[in-house]
Amino acid sequence: MLLGLATAALVLSALVWVLAWPSLRARLLHARSHARAWRAELAHGPAGGGELDYDPGRERRAERRARALLRSCVNEREWAMYRDLGFLRVFGRSGVRYAYLVYPHKPIVAYVPRTGALLSEYCVAFPDHSRPYGSARLPDSDDVLAKWMALTADERGLIADANMHLPGRQVDPRRVRRDLARLADWEREREGAPADTRARQDGLGKWDPDNVRAA
Amino acid sequence: MKLLRMKPGHGEIVLVEGDVEVAEEERALIEAFRRELDAGMWAAVPTRRTDGRREAELVKSFAEVPRDAERVIFFPRAAGGAPGTAL
Repeated sequence: MLLGLATAALVLSALVWVLAWPSLRARLLHARSHARAWRAELAHGPAGGGELDYDPGRERRAERRARALLRSCVNEREWAMYRDLGFLRVFGRSGVRYAYLVYPHKPIVAYVPRTGALLSEYCVAFPDHSRPYGSARLPDSDDVLAKWMALTADERGLIADANMHLPGRQVDPRRVRRDLARLADWEREREGAPADTRARQDGLGKWDPDNVRAA
Repeated sequence: MKLLRMKPGHGEIVLVEGDVEVAEEERALIEAFRRELDAGMWAAVPTRRTDGRREAELVKSFAEVPRDAERVIFFPRAAGGAPGTAL
């Protein structure tokens, strides 16, 4: 009886093995070719060229150049804001009713300066598909400058190209509120009044009280 | 006038530099300008207004670049993106 059961189990397992082997083999081959492709991508970059090894020194030098370029394009106040707080605030074209916080490699966050209410997130990226060093990602300050240039030159166009989400999708609202509080403190220290009441001292023209009232 | 291009892992590079009033140099500037636009770049001219406001102007042809512009900055075209992690 026992011998019969053992023989049946042996035959059954041999049968299962014979039946399963082709698909198992195909999976193994697929996994092997996938691993080979992954190794090749690591060595040559996804676009087929360039080195992928991360060089912190090179990235630091790139960021230093990017910061110098950003500094040469924005005004002194905006530069100080980015240097001290790590983001830029850009007012909307229609006045001080709304503004954007521009972070490096994060969505642009729209908010109401008067109330601090968060409006939306605009996910936008500037990928360089030529991937000169294996990455399509610009240095942080170049990303901020690209957003700043696109916002100040063609706000509507940039917003239309972006993916809009409700606040909190990618940027933690608590973090944004903290940053708005830091910004208010920074402005108080610097000039004695926050921007929403003093408004448009960023070189955006004279303060228009109607704009503030309408906001 | 300088034509600059933002580059990952490098910061900006100078593509070409020349005087728009010198025909040969202007030609080189125009050629480089077209090359970058053909490669899918956007071109922006940083400007400073009389009230002190700084902003940029996107240009689609070399003819749109103010003759007295000091530089044109090329950067990759915007794409709706969704970078992964939260802050």
